[in-house]
Amino acid sequence: MSKFKKKKKGLPAISTASLPDIVFMLLFFFMVSTTMRETDLLIKKPILPTASEVKKLEHKSLVSTIYVGKSKDTRIAGDKIQVNDKIIDVNDVPSFIFAERAARKEEEVKYMTTSIKADKEANVGTILDIKEQLRDINALKVSFSTTKGNDLKSNFTN
Amino acid sequence: MARRENSEINAGSMADIAFLLLIFFLVTTTMDVDSGIARKLPEKTEDTPEVTIKEKNVLDITVNRNNQILIEGTDFVQVSDIRKIAMDFIDNGGGVSAPKADGTPGTPCDYCQGAKDPASSDHPSKAIISLQSDRGTTYGMYVSIQNEIEASYNELRNRLALAKYKRTYSDMLKDYNDNGGEKLKEKIDFLKDSYPQIISEPEPIK
Repeated sequence: MSKFKKKKKGLPAISTASLPDIVFMLLFFFMVSTTMRETDLLIKKPILPTASEVKKLEHKSLVSTIYVGKSKDTRIAGDKIQVNDKIIDVNDVPSFIFAERAARKEEEVKYMTTSIKADKEANVGTILDIKEQLRDINALKVSFSTTKGNDLKSNFTN
Repeated sequence: MARRENSEINAGSMADIAFLLLIFFLVTTTMDVDSGIARKLPEKTEDTPEVTIKEKNVLDITVNRNNQILIEGTDFVQVSDIRKIAMDFIDNGGGVSAPKADGTPGTPCDYCQGAKDPASSDHPSKAIISLQSDRGTTYGMYVSIQNEIEASYNELRNRLALAKYKRTYSDMLKDYNDNGGEKLKEKIDFLKDSYPQIISEPEPIK
C-alpha cells in the first residue's frame, strides 16, 4: 500500500499566479468605467488665451464655470454662453449663479469664484456683459481662465 | 550536464508590480487644474461718491475693434510695450500720496524708483489704470492686456519685496498659500498696499 502512503499531508500552496490577472482586470475595469465629471460642451471647445501671471484656482468645489465660445453650427454667428449642460442667454447668468449658490453652504458663498472659460476669438463685449451681470448679483470673484505660457502673441494672431 | 527542467517563472510578485504601477499613476495623475487671471469686480453701490481724479493720475489704455492699442489717446503701442509703460506710470512717484483717513497729509513715495515726473502719476496709491475696450475687441487681446497690467504690478511688488524682505513677492505668496502665517500675511498686505491694483474698466465702446 505504499502508493497511498506517499500522499502528502498538508494543503498545497494556493497558486498566486492568477493574482496579477485579477488586479489588472480590476484596474482595466475602473479605467474603462470611470468617467470624469466633465460637462459636455455644446459649443466649440474654447481655445483659451495664454497668460503668464496666472493664479491657480483653489477649492474646485467652489468654482462655477461659464463657457463662452462659438456655436458648433458654423452657420450661427456670435458668441454662445454655456453653463452646465445648456446654452443660455446673458440675462440668465444670475439665475445660474443663484442655483450654484443654493447648492453650497451659506458660509462658503463668499468664497465662490466664477471661472470664465472663453475662446480667445470671443468678443470682449460678451465677456463684459457677463461681468456686468455678475456684478449685479455681487458675485465679484472672477477668474479669466487661461493656459500658462509666455507666448502672448498667439492670443491675437492666428 | 543534465538539462535542468525549465522552472516556471515566479509570478507571485507580479501582483505587487501591478499595484505599484497603479499607485504610482494614482499619485502622479493630476486632473488639469484650472488657472487664470484673478480679478475682483468692483462692488455695485447705490450712491457712487463723486471723486475728482487728476488726469495725470490716470493711464488711459484704449483698445479698438481691430485690436490696436492706444495709450493716453496719443501713442500707438504693442502689447509687449504695456508692461514697461504701466510700470513707469505706477512707479513714477511725482507727488504725495492721498491724505490718510485721520487727516495726516500724504507722504511722497519713498520706495518708488520712477522718474518723479510731475506730469505723470503722483503716487502708486493714486495711480489708476483705465482699460477701455471695444465690444468687438477679441478676448485674447483683452486677456493679454490684463496680463501685462498684472505683470507690471507683480514686477513692482517683487522689486520692493526683494529690497525689503530679500525674497520675491511671488515666492512669498506661494509660501503663504502652502503654509500660511500671520507675519507673512502682514508682509504681503504691506506690499499690496504699497502698489495697490487700481484698474478701472469704463463702459465699452459700442
